[in-house]
Amino acid sequence: MANTKTSMASKHAREESMWGYIMVAPTIIGLIVLNLYPFLNTLVLSFSKTKPFGLYELRGIQNYVKMFQSPEFWRANWNTIYFCILTVPIGIFLALAVAVMLNAKIKGRTAFRAIFFLPMVVAPAAVAMVWKWMFNTEYGIINTLLAHKVNWVTDPNVIMITCAIIAIWSAIGYDAVLLLAGLQNISKSYYEAASLDGATKWQQFRMITLPMVSPTLFVVLIMRLMSSIKVYDLIYMMVEESNPALTSAQSLMYLFYRESFVTGNRGFGSAVVIWTVALIGLVTVVQFWGQKKWVNYEV
Amino acid sequence: MKSLEKTRRTRTIGTYAFFIIGSIIMIFPFVWMFLTSFKTVAESMQIPPDILPHQWNLNNFKEAMASLPFGALYKNTILLIFWRVVCAVGFSSMAGYAFAKLNFKGKNILFSIVLIQMMLPSQIFITPQYQMLAKLGLTNTVFALVFPGLVSAFGTFFLRQAYLGIPDEISEAAHLDGCNQWQTFTKVMVPLTTSSMAALAIFTAVFAYGDLMWPLIVNTDLKMMTLSSGLATLRGQFSTNFPVMMAGSLMAMIPMVVLYMIFQRQFIEGVATTGGK
Repeated sequence: MANTKTSMASKHAREESMWGYIMVAPTIIGLIVLNLYPFLNTLVLSFSKTKPFGLYELRGIQNYVKMFQSPEFWRANWNTIYFCILTVPIGIFLALAVAVMLNAKIKGRTAFRAIFFLPMVVAPAAVAMVWKWMFNTEYGIINTLLAHKVNWVTDPNVIMITCAIIAIWSAIGYDAVLLLAGLQNISKSYYEAASLDGATKWQQFRMITLPMVSPTLFVVLIMRLMSSIKVYDLIYMMVEESNPALTSAQSLMYLFYRESFVTGNRGFGSAVVIWTVALIGLVTVVQFWGQKKWVNYEV
Repeated sequence: MKSLEKTRRTRTIGTYAFFIIGSIIMIFPFVWMFLTSFKTVAESMQIPPDILPHQWNLNNFKEAMASLPFGALYKNTILLIFWRVVCAVGFSSMAGYAFAKLNFKGKNILFSIVLIQMMLPSQIFITPQYQMLAKLGLTNTVFALVFPGLVSAFGTFFLRQAYLGIPDEISEAAHLDGCNQWQTFTKVMVPLTTSSMAALAIFTAVFAYGDLMWPLIVNTDLKMMTLSSGLATLRGQFSTNFPVMMAGSLMAMIPMVVLYMIFQRQFIEGVATTGGK
């Protein structure tokens, strides 16, 4: 009797593990073919020279040497970092402001939330088009309103600010929705206790809201930083090959795209991606190390 | 007491002012896109500009449709979204369930592949993915568009979380009732994760629809492009004819915006629960 029971159990365990393998198989095979192999391949490519007919030849660190000597590459690094500096702090600050306001009890908050979120469901290509039109130097509505001719798109000193404005506008609702979810988890009793103690709204924000929402804020910050380092489509749409501001706006991922698929220099392009991944890794590590100073996980 | 009431009222008025100004900033670009798409080029370049077009004519839409095969673009985009969603939800449900609820050897090592993929940006895979398709002669196909999204590491991770939240007793009960593993999964467990699957589907759809770099690289034939990449080529063709570009952009964005207006709550909650990526 005991024997049949154990054999039943082991049959059950065998059946369970068989189903386990069957059910993860598509995903795991897919990830190996679509991601793991390409990742290693990109790594190899970054150490290779591109030859005609899709052939490669291992060349050691040549691509990296060339990359580190290229002023265009360093400029792309700076452009990317500059874009992050322009977008991330202001964007997250505004998103937090919108989230706090949306958390207040007012009529029509679902409608306002929907309006702020709208750019998320519009393709970045279409978003860039309309902003490019509004930022047009001669006929754009923005210069008309300013009564001033700013070269928003073609001035090398201005283009990144232009892109940053559009990026912030696009992401604000998305970040606000995430932050709002964090705000709604804060128990009302904290605020009630604080207002009984005579705390002002601002004190309540600083002492209750900010520490309690800091884990969500941290997640949003990491996400926003990562996607800002990878910025590509917006800049691609705003700045075409013939734009004189191209080198001042070219982000790392734009450089990667142009090197790999316009110039056809895949080895160099791969080196740029590997570098960008390392940069993202570094920034993330610094963030996780820095969070100890300001993120509050005690509830 | 009276002054307290007063500060509360000023605060409410302030909040509304903030939201109304904010909403204008958020909506104005789309309004301007809409109005410009009906103007003639000369009208659009008029200084100072008229807000409304003199005549609501559809010439810009005709011109945009003449230079871009919009029918094909809609079709490709719909197929891309459809297959990406089906694959992501289907395969991720299976894998997510197995990782959450089943015991098998090597589970943790296999799951670490999922985590590694999630940590790496998609651009690192693009060149080899393109080369694979090029070698197989499969560029300029719908399959090529779907290719990087055949499986989803993020979806697997996300649905695993959903399955972890379901108590084990439920699957044990199904088992005692005589369900085998597959039946337990399809008949009992999958229906319990509908809201998570919907969130993943919406997230996948919005991402596939907006994606630009991959479709630009892999499908260079105008008839095989998506709305996003097609719009990017329109930009090159009509670099000064903004009314036509606005008409094209409007046509590209309308379907998703209509869906968003209908399923607004699901869209936003989907994003709030997936936590984005």
